[in-house]
Amino acid sequence: METRDAVRNYIIENFLFGDATPLQQDKMSLLDEGIIDSVGVMELVAFLEQDFELSVDDEDLIPENLDSVDNLVAYIARKKAA
Amino acid sequence: MCGICGVVALDEPLELLPETPGRMIGVMRHRGPDEFGAWRDDSAFLGHARLSIIDLETGQQPLCNEDGRYWITFNGEIFNYPELTAELEGLGHVFRTRSDTETIIHAYEQWGQQCVDRFNGQFAFAIWDRRERRLFLARDRFGIRPLFLAWHDGRLLFASEIKALRAYPGFAPEIDPTLVGEVFNYWVNIPPATVFRGVAQLPPGHTAVFEADPKGSSPPAPLPSNLRIRRYWQPTFLSEKEDRRHVGQEEIRRMAGQVREKLVEAATIRLRADVPVGAYLSGGLDSSTTTALIHAYTDHHLKTFSVGFDDPAFDETSWQLAMAEHIGTDHATVKVGKEDIASRFRQVVWLTETPILRTAPAPLHALSALARSEGFKVVLTGEGADEVFAGYNIFREAKVRWFWSRDPGSRNRSLLLTRLYPYLAQSPPEFLRRFYGAGLDRPDDPCFSHRPRWNNTSPLVNFLAPEGTAAITGGKVGCVAEERLLAMLPDDFAQYGPVAKAQYLEMTTFMAGYLLSSQGDRMLMGNSVEGRFPFLDHELADFAGTLPATVKLQSLTEKAILKKSVADLLPANILDRPKQPYRAPDSSSFAGRAGQELVDQYLDVGSPGSHSLWKLERVPALVRKWQAGKLLSIRDNMAFVGLLSGRILAEDFGPGFESRIAGDILEDSDIAWRSE
Repeated sequence: METRDAVRNYIIENFLFGDATPLQQDKMSLLDEGIIDSVGVMELVAFLEQDFELSVDDEDLIPENLDSVDNLVAYIARKKAA
Repeated sequence: MCGICGVVALDEPLELLPETPGRMIGVMRHRGPDEFGAWRDDSAFLGHARLSIIDLETGQQPLCNEDGRYWITFNGEIFNYPELTAELEGLGHVFRTRSDTETIIHAYEQWGQQCVDRFNGQFAFAIWDRRERRLFLARDRFGIRPLFLAWHDGRLLFASEIKALRAYPGFAPEIDPTLVGEVFNYWVNIPPATVFRGVAQLPPGHTAVFEADPKGSSPPAPLPSNLRIRRYWQPTFLSEKEDRRHVGQEEIRRMAGQVREKLVEAATIRLRADVPVGAYLSGGLDSSTTTALIHAYTDHHLKTFSVGFDDPAFDETSWQLAMAEHIGTDHATVKVGKEDIASRFRQVVWLTETPILRTAPAPLHALSALARSEGFKVVLTGEGADEVFAGYNIFREAKVRWFWSRDPGSRNRSLLLTRLYPYLAQSPPEFLRRFYGAGLDRPDDPCFSHRPRWNNTSPLVNFLAPEGTAAITGGKVGCVAEERLLAMLPDDFAQYGPVAKAQYLEMTTFMAGYLLSSQGDRMLMGNSVEGRFPFLDHELADFAGTLPATVKLQSLTEKAILKKSVADLLPANILDRPKQPYRAPDSSSFAGRAGQELVDQYLDVGSPGSHSLWKLERVPALVRKWQAGKLLSIRDNMAFVGLLSGRILAEDFGPGFESRIAGDILEDSDIAWRSE
């Protein structure tokens, strides 16, 4: 599965309970749109670590990496390339 | 404490089906199992279910004045009734009973609608004036006692609980997804709304008049348009400038002395009863204070009651026992486990009459059952201290966010939030800033203090049918419910400081709509127990409103002036103990057999029910996440509990209503019909 699809599917299933309507665009802020809360960020990190076998460092926990589907996809690509 | 109900028709003679009184009174029998009374004339019917507390011999209701002109049905207590009775007797009024009910009638005769200004108490009542054919309704200042209204078929219906209105033959109000959306956003309905279309609550601190040819403007919907309402009280605070003034040590000592004096008075007049009075002891500052005051200032030997939890994360038993031992009360505890919460949950929702986002009412239902089983009909609690003396984190949060808003780029200012919520130290700071920084650019927003809370809750509306999202239409500001909220704010609200604004909002929304109702009146009266709240004595609250915020929330120390006022009465560890919010396990409570049965019945999307309210396609994924034990966030837990309670409510007040009430309906022979 494409990274983008995997990320989208996880967010839709886990935070939106299968209802994709609130996630209209991949650039939308997950926090501002109320899709995740502060605990949700930690769930998201656990997902990246488990499903993509990434190691997420503390300094990576910033909105530029984690706050939208686009940002997540780019972050995963950067980490895998590193 | 009791249940009241009534029906009034002004345009035509009032005809009632024979079963109407027995239905309306009977469904509230838990509020008053001791006696059932009724009275009627050609225009009005008044009903009453009595919990006998004052004047056990002659306090029956409905009651009339000496010439039969005024008839009253009354729920609650007027604590200063002996003083008022003496004053009214001095003015020539003749009393036939020693009840506070009769005091209200004579006070109304003497002072008219302004009589409520004289009452120190918790009340909801209706007085029917036969000569003027006028109904007068009143509700206490904080909304301790409930009062609901509906307009149906040319008649005004009123009752202490919505189920009594629903029991009126032919009246079947539907749950409105927009109004559920309001609860899923603000945690409560903003008065006068309820989740039922066409059912209103009389807002706290209001009176209402129903008569032919009313003058003046109509009240906001869903209050009947021919009703006229008047606000007689609301919390008041200092202006921002006065709130921030420096207060010297000598003045603080004087203020603490005044707080103490008013607290003693508030607690002792709440012991007035002709039955034993007990007290809840949570292990925190507030209930420890009321208990210690009674011990110190009266010879009343107190019996105290506590709720404990199997789960140590929620349990405060050791604090409760330490305080009970310190004072020497006769103490009883009920230990609540997750299965207890699940097995009570359907009854709890029947009593709250609204969807709830947390299970926290359920253990309080177990606690009132304990008090009742020990023979107590009346308990004092510490409710209200956090709102009156600025105890909750939301007030500290408002202060920090306001400080932060003056320099939004500052990293250090936002980090003060971790002083409030130590667990946030684990959260990524940038996300923390985004979450609590919501609305930081609008510090003048009247709801500035509550934005992070409401923003965190509002995605729950996505579990509702599309109309439900109308509750937050227009983004986070500017929706219908918020307009209703803004309309009730006092004219000088903009002059208040950030803490005072937060206190006002917290008192009029969450305290009135949830704490005093779903966790208060409803859980207590569900087991026929009356709660009394010394911190919600209006004279004490009015006085606290004149104290600068700097002495209530001193730096970030909550309830500083209260602590100072009772420092000699409490052990140091209780005084210095960080506030532990009362919570109960939420979605995890339903993992056992009783919970699974509820989930199977109410969260199975294949089952029949009020599907039109919900966006059901989301439910299976929510249930899967719950089954996997992954409902971790507060929001997920609120979604689960909110949905489950909402589905139960829709069933029990919808198609299941008649079978739900079948055992409660009274025969006419069970009701004592009063005459002059």
